[in-house]
Amino acid sequence: MISPQRVDATLLAALRISAGLAGVLLLIIIFFMAAESWAGLRDIGALRFVPDASWHPEQTAANGSFRITAMVAATLAATAGAVVLATPLAIGAALFLRFYAPPGLAGPFKRIVELLAGVPSVVYGFWGLVVLVPLLATLGGPGQSLLAGILILTLMILPTITLLAHAALVSVPPAYLQAAAALGMSRWTTIRSVALPAARGGLFTGIVLGTGRAAGETMAVLMVCGNIVQLPDSLLAPVRTLTANIALEMAYALGDHRAALFVSGLVLMLLVTGLVLAVARLDASSGRFRHG
Amino acid sequence: MDDWLPASGRTRGRTAAADRTAAGAAWMCAVIVTLAFGWIAADLLWHGLSRLTPGFLFEMPQLSGRAGGLASIIVSTLAILAICLAAAVPIGLGAAILLAEYSRSDRRLGRFVRRSLDVLAGVPSIVFGLFGNAFFCVYLGMGFSLLAGGLTLACMVLPLLIRSLEQGLREVPDDWRNAAAALGMSKAATLRSILLPAALPGLVVGLVLGMGRALAETAALLFTSGYVMRMPGSVMDSGRALSIHIFDLSMNVPGGTGNAYGAAVVLLLMLLTVNLLALAIARRWQLTQPGPL
Amino acid sequence: MTPPLLPMRHAPSALLANGSEQHAIELRNLCVCYHGKRAFRDISLAVPRGEITALIGPSGCGKSSLLQCLNRLTDMIPGCHVEGDVRVEGLNIMDPAQDLLTLRRHVGMLFQRPNPFPLSIRRNIELPLREHGVIRKPELRARIEQVLDDVGLWDEVRDRLDSPALALSGGQQQRLCLARALALAPRVLLMDEPCSALDPLASAKIEELIVRLRGQYTVLIVTHNLGQARRIADHTGFFWTEDGIGRLVEFAPTHTLFNQPQDPRTRAYIRGERG
Repeated sequence: MISPQRVDATLLAALRISAGLAGVLLLIIIFFMAAESWAGLRDIGALRFVPDASWHPEQTAANGSFRITAMVAATLAATAGAVVLATPLAIGAALFLRFYAPPGLAGPFKRIVELLAGVPSVVYGFWGLVVLVPLLATLGGPGQSLLAGILILTLMILPTITLLAHAALVSVPPAYLQAAAALGMSRWTTIRSVALPAARGGLFTGIVLGTGRAAGETMAVLMVCGNIVQLPDSLLAPVRTLTANIALEMAYALGDHRAALFVSGLVLMLLVTGLVLAVARLDASSGRFRHG
Repeated sequence: MDDWLPASGRTRGRTAAADRTAAGAAWMCAVIVTLAFGWIAADLLWHGLSRLTPGFLFEMPQLSGRAGGLASIIVSTLAILAICLAAAVPIGLGAAILLAEYSRSDRRLGRFVRRSLDVLAGVPSIVFGLFGNAFFCVYLGMGFSLLAGGLTLACMVLPLLIRSLEQGLREVPDDWRNAAAALGMSKAATLRSILLPAALPGLVVGLVLGMGRALAETAALLFTSGYVMRMPGSVMDSGRALSIHIFDLSMNVPGGTGNAYGAAVVLLLMLLTVNLLALAIARRWQLTQPGPL
Repeated sequence: MTPPLLPMRHAPSALLANGSEQHAIELRNLCVCYHGKRAFRDISLAVPRGEITALIGPSGCGKSSLLQCLNRLTDMIPGCHVEGDVRVEGLNIMDPAQDLLTLRRHVGMLFQRPNPFPLSIRRNIELPLREHGVIRKPELRARIEQVLDDVGLWDEVRDRLDSPALALSGGQQQRLCLARALALAPRVLLMDEPCSALDPLASAKIEELIVRLRGQYTVLIVTHNLGQARRIADHTGFFWTEDGIGRLVEFAPTHTLFNQPQDPRTRAYIRGERG
């Protein structure tokens, strides 16, 4: 029989290997993204992504042009629009859930928000394509547009922000609310001056994670935005985001074109993880402040 | 616990007006969210439910999916899911056990893994797709295949999976660990015969959450498992997942909208089943848990 | 000097009939249930105006619930049901039409654990003042200074009014909470074991402040510290639980209650606490 000590040592080694694998995965991903991008950065030159005339990628760098500014702009515009629309709605919905919903309504409403959070992005995109886009087409233009993207992204990040904001509001110490009540403060004053400031950290986390989700979303925007590479001059103009561009061209891209797509993927990844890390840092420091 | 809510008393003047406006705004937000949900759900169910016949599930797709059913699509989806879980669960469980049970002895490794997973959880799925294509399809030579797609998804669900598995393990009361240690039981035996069985419902919940995430994913599969609609013969064949099928039918196949509705409802029902399962297990578990003393 | 009060077990109705002139708070047959389970039953009590009244007794006999009835914080506890007649300054506060915000403005409360908002010291006082209509800057400033001075905090915090209130020590936080309550110029102050979370020194300071409030405010204080009740209260009520339901056993001038308790349970409790 093998001694228990040996078994435990083997077990621990196996556990360390799997944990190590999980930990190293991120580094592997970064390495491969960087390696694939490298050829592109070398041949095309990092600087050409901005001043080139347009986005007409070719297999060899010399023949193509690689301006990604229009797609970056589309990503930023769609993300910003969605965040601006979703944030007040989500915080309103979270406040409703925490402070205004009658007892019988709070449960079902939370259910609805959770269900919305679980709908796959391809289904949001599909619904946007068959329902929303024809509606927007009646406003003029093709319907597949920046506005359609903004609206679908709003719907997608709304539940995320609502659930995180609600969690933050629930964790506001009851003592604060009690104190406010004992001072005869109205519900809205209590919310505005006590509950929201106390939940600030969590609300902010929710908004930033929502932003990350919107910026990284592919399928929904791919399906409703029209995918024409251009600087959007109106909300009804079709645009192509960075993510949609990768999804569209990856299937046939070769050589420097392929590398250029990896570069845009890498940029996206750094952007989103930068956001996530900033939130983690902020969370930790505001936590320290709160608890003295 | 007492649940303190601010009073909705009558007040005068400005305060009262602000109070009423705020209440109205909060209700309005709730109504908008509910209407949006109702609209989406009603539209999908109205157009999709009528397509749900046994034939739709068990027939092969025809005419690029415009006609026929979902047989090969569902097989591919389940194959990708199985590969994903087969790869992610052992690694995830191992990492989760290390994080939950060896947090003292392996602090530095634990912190490194946790940080890296936190970042990984925020990486956009399209980036996983790029990585999967570069690593599994090209570097490891798997090409567009169910295997490459499943492994890519495994990378993607790993953070969520590990976090919920670890949570499940941490719910097991420390008393049992102490009792086992005091009896001189080896860690392996403690895990096998006490901790893992006790944490099983929590672990299943974690597994189910990971499944849900994998089922819903599209972008990471676009250029790893590919589009091919044929019935896959082996894991090295390309196969089309349900989510990709919805995308392709609605974007690239004129007249595919009808079957896309059907496929969307099938996907949603699969997800709903998976989630209800998790909920039922979690609820059942809470009932059997020893309460705080 | 207020005339000595009869212990409550003597006809409460007679007491209320001629007593409302001197009584800030009058309770008749007050009952509180949580999810159908009674916390206390049939409490009748008249609290003299401008005096300090202490409520003592073992934990869980409904003293804190009684305080929360008086500013209707009980409304916010799900499953809590209150019955009976409560008059504060002659006002029937159980009236469903009673405006809660006004009521709570006139009935201040100090809690067991200091509960300043996670805001600056200044904002903590300014917020409720603004809420109740004090919005002019000079007036706000003057009131804040005055109440902080009243609780002996002004000299300690005058240079850091805008720093977070949570950075203050526990005793300072509790004094800030008292200042915050005083800023609204309440008629009645409810205190729910205001010193139990504080060290003896900070506790002594709060006690000293409470004594100084005598004459200007009606103070109703719940305390587990018999010595404290003895030192500061003019009247003391003794609560006891029977079958899990709280009752007011005896209510008398503090001196009488401690030296000639009428009820054997009171006697035993006081003696037991003294060792």
